[in-house]
Amino acid sequence: MKEKLIFDLSTPGRKAYSLPELDVPQVDLASLVPRDIVRQEEPELPEVSEVDVVRHFTRLSQMNYGVDTGFYPLGSCTMKYNPKINEDMARLPGFALAHPYQGEELSQGALKLIYDLDKYLSEIAGMERITLQPAAGAHGELTGILIIKAYHEYRGDFKRKKVIVPDSAHGTNPATASLCGYDTIEIKSNSRGLVDLDELKKVVGEDTAALMLTNPNTLGLFEEEILKIADIVHEAGGLLYYDGANMNAIMGYARPGDMGFDVIHFNLHKTFSTPHGGGGPGSGPVGVKNFLVPFLPRPTVEYDPRREHYYFDYDRPQSIGKVKAFYGNFGVAIKAYTYILALGGKGLKEASELAVLNANYLKEQLKENYQVPLDRVCKHEFIITPEKKVKEKGIHTLDIAKRLIDYGFHPPTIYFPLIVEEAMMIEPTETENKETLDAFVQALIKISQEALENPELLHNAPHSTYVSRFNEAEAARKPILRWKPNK
Amino acid sequence: MNFVPHTDSERKDMLAKIGISSTEELFKDIPNRVRLERELDLPPGLDEFSLRKEVTSLSQENAHIDEYVSFLGAGAYEHFRPAVIDHLLLRSEFYTAYTPYQPEISQGTLQAIFEFQTGICELTGMDVANASMYDGASAMAEAIIMATTQTRKNKVLISSTVHPEYREVVKTYAWGRGIEILESPYKEGLTDLESLATNLSENIGAVVIQNPNFFGGIEDVKKIVELAQGYKAMVIVCVDPISLGVLEAPGKLGVDIVIGEGQSLGIPLSFGGPYLGFIATKEKYVRRLPGRIVGIARDRRGNEGFVLTLQAREQHIRREKASSNICSNQALCALAATIYLSTLGKKGIKEVAEQCLYKTHYAKGVLGEIPGVEIAFPANKTFKEFVVKSKEKINTINKRLFKAGIIGGLDLGKFYKELENHMLICVTETRSKREIDLLKRVWEGEK
Repeated sequence: MKEKLIFDLSTPGRKAYSLPELDVPQVDLASLVPRDIVRQEEPELPEVSEVDVVRHFTRLSQMNYGVDTGFYPLGSCTMKYNPKINEDMARLPGFALAHPYQGEELSQGALKLIYDLDKYLSEIAGMERITLQPAAGAHGELTGILIIKAYHEYRGDFKRKKVIVPDSAHGTNPATASLCGYDTIEIKSNSRGLVDLDELKKVVGEDTAALMLTNPNTLGLFEEEILKIADIVHEAGGLLYYDGANMNAIMGYARPGDMGFDVIHFNLHKTFSTPHGGGGPGSGPVGVKNFLVPFLPRPTVEYDPRREHYYFDYDRPQSIGKVKAFYGNFGVAIKAYTYILALGGKGLKEASELAVLNANYLKEQLKENYQVPLDRVCKHEFIITPEKKVKEKGIHTLDIAKRLIDYGFHPPTIYFPLIVEEAMMIEPTETENKETLDAFVQALIKISQEALENPELLHNAPHSTYVSRFNEAEAARKPILRWKPNK
Repeated sequence: MNFVPHTDSERKDMLAKIGISSTEELFKDIPNRVRLERELDLPPGLDEFSLRKEVTSLSQENAHIDEYVSFLGAGAYEHFRPAVIDHLLLRSEFYTAYTPYQPEISQGTLQAIFEFQTGICELTGMDVANASMYDGASAMAEAIIMATTQTRKNKVLISSTVHPEYREVVKTYAWGRGIEILESPYKEGLTDLESLATNLSENIGAVVIQNPNFFGGIEDVKKIVELAQGYKAMVIVCVDPISLGVLEAPGKLGVDIVIGEGQSLGIPLSFGGPYLGFIATKEKYVRRLPGRIVGIARDRRGNEGFVLTLQAREQHIRREKASSNICSNQALCALAATIYLSTLGKKGIKEVAEQCLYKTHYAKGVLGEIPGVEIAFPANKTFKEFVVKSKEKINTINKRLFKAGIIGGLDLGKFYKELENHMLICVTETRSKREIDLLKRVWEGEK
């Protein structure tokens, strides 16, 4: 380990904290805690000084790669630049230090923000209402599919047991279906990488609860027959769920609501730059069409124009209930709100426009040295695979990804979607400039040459990092998941 | 304002390379019938100065704990947050990264998660913890799914002293998954052990309690574990991690899964989120855990480092057979908690917990002297929170307090019909004797 664990930096007697004075009488602890539940052994937390803490975590941060470090074309994740103003706004005391139970009168600013963000996101998606409760995309999926389940059950329709997903779907889609008590039916994509209408017709029926779809899909392609798809599912009595992971491709150009989708989740950490936090917190608001509004989680935020007053509405008898305590990742919502106010409708459309321009530009440049299995206009992302002659040298996508690290880039998403062998899924986002894109292209071209001339260079990559590839199989076989004190 | 770098000439260059004349051609695959033919109806974009002003002025419509003295808790707590936390969280190599899929350039995040897992295990006395859950409530729901899968018993008994919103979240998840949730009542502010014993049966897969419970009461965890084990039900306990500075680690009490809300560990109130769910269990259940787990691995040069491990449980591998659908979690909040635990250390966490105890005890004594006010459930030992019963309406009291710069406690009538005129009061290390005395004086009606 380059940096010792904080636990190994501990020296008894060191201290990094100072607490408010204990200005009330200290009484016998035994009189305040039942004897048999008093802690016997202190937890082995580190004893360090403040500068130890600061240096330790600063050094850890230096072992990381973020969007602020460099290009991060992780497909399906929309690693766009995160404006600094977002962080400042989320830390305003009126937001960061407001208690969720302090009451409506004392929370009008927060309620207005929730109410307005609902309106904005509804407009962007073409939906009637939004809930901000879900904490991440997968949590949004859970919420959305439960809303669909509630709708079917409310109509007394208990025979719908299946959720259909294309074989290009995110893993969270089938996992969500299971969590909601549904079986997953996977349908094959057609040769154009899109939903195969015949396949869909074959499986759709009176047991169909919903079809979950990403559009543009995980290949970066727009489902051109979306209206027909919607008709097929709706005619069978099923509903259409929109996985919003790829929303960054179409803002201001098209709206899921207009495509026939009934439910959508957003990923505010992706599309609205809130940021990703090393794996969260995200936010996964869910939007629904009018007929599903009664099923939204409780409470919703409403406005009474007569009193000029925002308030919580808990009186929602058909609601699926709550999916999270309080009202969602409010701190994340502030950042998305700030971002939307900064860009406005025009700016959001421009963001999508340039995200798509950047992706198509990259794809065109890479065509000569990589295979593009579905080579036509893409949206915000696209898939490439290594050329045959490269693969013949025993080079896999993983090797190329690892070699990209040596060139200073974060690798793309790899081995996803599952339907393309050796896939590299590249999403540049709109915030990258032409020089960066060109440098990335040059690196990939160079790597494909290296693959032919010196495949070992790729097999052993990365070379520039202080740790090389890990034996992950061994780590899973003999898991060491925590530090233990020497006793 | 926009954050795109393209100059007009670059746009032209790029279009030329693609061989088209306008970006419109890149959107031709969207059928006309679904194209939005108007501009999005949103407020026009703002410059940074105006944006800051507008959002700041909105924030000023909220009350907050730097302006008011607060006695409000109920699952969201004001604790001292060392300044180092925000400074380190704002290291943007942390917050602008995503899930550490590429361990060679993510050792910072991975090591921090490993340290978080260790901290949670040390506090709870459990063997393993994951990288975090959305919040305490969803962690509870996921723990219930774990337990019912493990025991193959589909009924779960939950104490009504568990946070009401957590119970509501649990019910939502349980309905989805087809798990039956039965509530066991409370008596005198604690889980009623007699009813619990009666409600237990061989069909119960798990018993869920909160300790300290929603009323601040310290439950008889040992007895509850004993009762549950009699029916081979797993025990899930929801804890306030701060309380574990003075209360015995649940792992030592025979608990199977410990979950909780980590907001107390250095995470701001933020009107209810983002917070930090955690989940810890025994080694033998590790493969049922949801979400990310970090483990130690060795690289090709023999160096030790960290990777995401046991991924065969997760949605991106197992899809519909995954232990959960969770993907993004609350990694940055887990980092905040790790920094908090490192700063406080083994002595600090104990000191915070003791201060909470002493100050709560003092407040109980002081408020109990107010005419027309009595301490509810007086026999119970409490941590950080307690309930008072008043002759006056809670709303009326809170209005009076607010005028004097005090945010009063939670009106329990909001969640428990039978507890109208009861207030849940929270006292942490951040409250001073002077503030507690002021609470009493204003409550009594002093102007």
